[in-house]
Amino acid sequence: MSKSGISRPGTPYLLLLPGVAFLFTFFLWPIANLAQTSTQTPVAGGDTGEYEQSLRWQNYIDAFLENKEQFGRSFLYAAIATVAALAIAYPLAYAIAFKAGKYKNVLLVLVVAPFFTSFLLRTIAWKQILGEQGFVVPLLRDLHIIAPSTTLTSSAFAVVSGMTYNFLPFMTLPIYASIDRIDPRTLEASGDLYANGLTTFRKVTLPLSMPGVVAGTLLTFIPAAGDYVNAAILGSPQTKMIGNVIESRFFKIVDYPTAAALSFTLMAAILILVTVYIRKAGTDELV
Amino acid sequence: MRTVSRWFQRNLIRIYAVIAFTYLLIPVAYTVAFSFNDGGKSNLIWKGFTFDNWMNPCGAPEVCTALGNSIKIGFLATLFSTILGTMIAFAIGRHKFRGRSTTNLMIFLPMATPEIVLGASMLSLFLTLKVNPGFWPTVLAHVVFCMSFVVVTVKARIASLDPRLEQAAMDLYANEFETFRRVTLPLVAPGIAAAALLAFSLSFDDFIITNFNSGTMTTFPKFVYVSAARGIPPQANVIGSAMFIIALTVVILGQIVGRKRAVK
Repeated sequence: MSKSGISRPGTPYLLLLPGVAFLFTFFLWPIANLAQTSTQTPVAGGDTGEYEQSLRWQNYIDAFLENKEQFGRSFLYAAIATVAALAIAYPLAYAIAFKAGKYKNVLLVLVVAPFFTSFLLRTIAWKQILGEQGFVVPLLRDLHIIAPSTTLTSSAFAVVSGMTYNFLPFMTLPIYASIDRIDPRTLEASGDLYANGLTTFRKVTLPLSMPGVVAGTLLTFIPAAGDYVNAAILGSPQTKMIGNVIESRFFKIVDYPTAAALSFTLMAAILILVTVYIRKAGTDELV
Repeated sequence: MRTVSRWFQRNLIRIYAVIAFTYLLIPVAYTVAFSFNDGGKSNLIWKGFTFDNWMNPCGAPEVCTALGNSIKIGFLATLFSTILGTMIAFAIGRHKFRGRSTTNLMIFLPMATPEIVLGASMLSLFLTLKVNPGFWPTVLAHVVFCMSFVVVTVKARIASLDPRLEQAAMDLYANEFETFRRVTLPLVAPGIAAAALLAFSLSFDDFIITNFNSGTMTTFPKFVYVSAARGIPPQANVIGSAMFIIALTVVILGQIVGRKRAVK
């Protein structure tokens, strides 16, 4: 077995074959199947859950118009949560990269540490913390920040803060990775050229950390827009997101075509937003 | 007063970091603390300290069945996704071939697809094929989303390798296979291990895709979600806390081993 074996030109394809075949079967085929389901209509006189193909594109329009509020809310909540997570994560990542010294690794472990407990348990803990028996509400009331009758649970605030919390490590890690890669000499050079701290940050650190910011915002925004767990646990019927609608269409109402049309609309909207965003941010590294 | 404000200014970012860490870790601390709560079945209000829940982690009905299912699914999903993902990572990271960028796109797509769409699409396929949701459909669904993360993690490790190490092996008359087995693979191994850990934790903690494809089978996140309405039993907190401690130990040991190797 001299030079042959591994370096044959077919080798990469052999390595790819099982995984790619798997993705074709269990990712692309399901998506195609979902597309097919989305234009079906109920079988006349059939059971609940029986549908036939009739290429009814109107399903999309109906599904969208019926749920445009939930769509709007999903994208609004996801956008606010992404901005909030960015505001928390950027300084945190900066502090870990530049100010932590030998404690860098310890702090990084602390950033991922929340992942080691079930995210559902953390979300429920968050509900208890914001609830009447938690310590946040009485404190804010004593400080007269909120009125005695105001509650924090079952509100948009609770849902958005839960999402911000749950996706924060996804935002922090990529930003940290790109800040940590910055050569400190570039910052010194900027100082030597009489830039003050703020200018150095604006002209050197921030542009160099953009790939991390782009990756972090995507890793936060995409799951947040499709999420329904935070809304289900921390929200109320007034804070329903599109994920909640898809879930209940599938399981409670057994309306597969609408659920499929909504899923597709959500995916398309996210893909368009993501493409525009990556173009604007000017990093093609991700795709 | 001026010194105080100057101290504040200089340490502003540190203070900020402390607040951010508090925000990140309070729910974890809460979960761990309530595993010691003497609260009976509904673990909502602090009633007093006890070790009972830790002595009897399977005390709540179903909780250990759910945990067992999650571990089994996590193990199988990790095994399959690590093997398939590592192979793809080597193909992309080590070879130039036609269709490379299409493959990259195909790896990226499952990560860019919201979980609810992944879950719903797989369920709709299983329904069309008249396959009942349950254990194996859940495993397959988990492999789909774990695999992309494995590819990305292993690929990064392969990209960071020094090609001269492999050239050196070849210069010493190792053939391609020996070079791969004795040089490349050991060097990539930490990346594969990290990818496997990531895959397991993603699978173990997944709720949305599992909820769509598991039918009546319960998993640990499903158990927590379902019992959330009436208050989750403290045993769920015990299991969550135990997982936390185990994972933290693994990561810290990994860091210590990594540092020792680096010193050598």
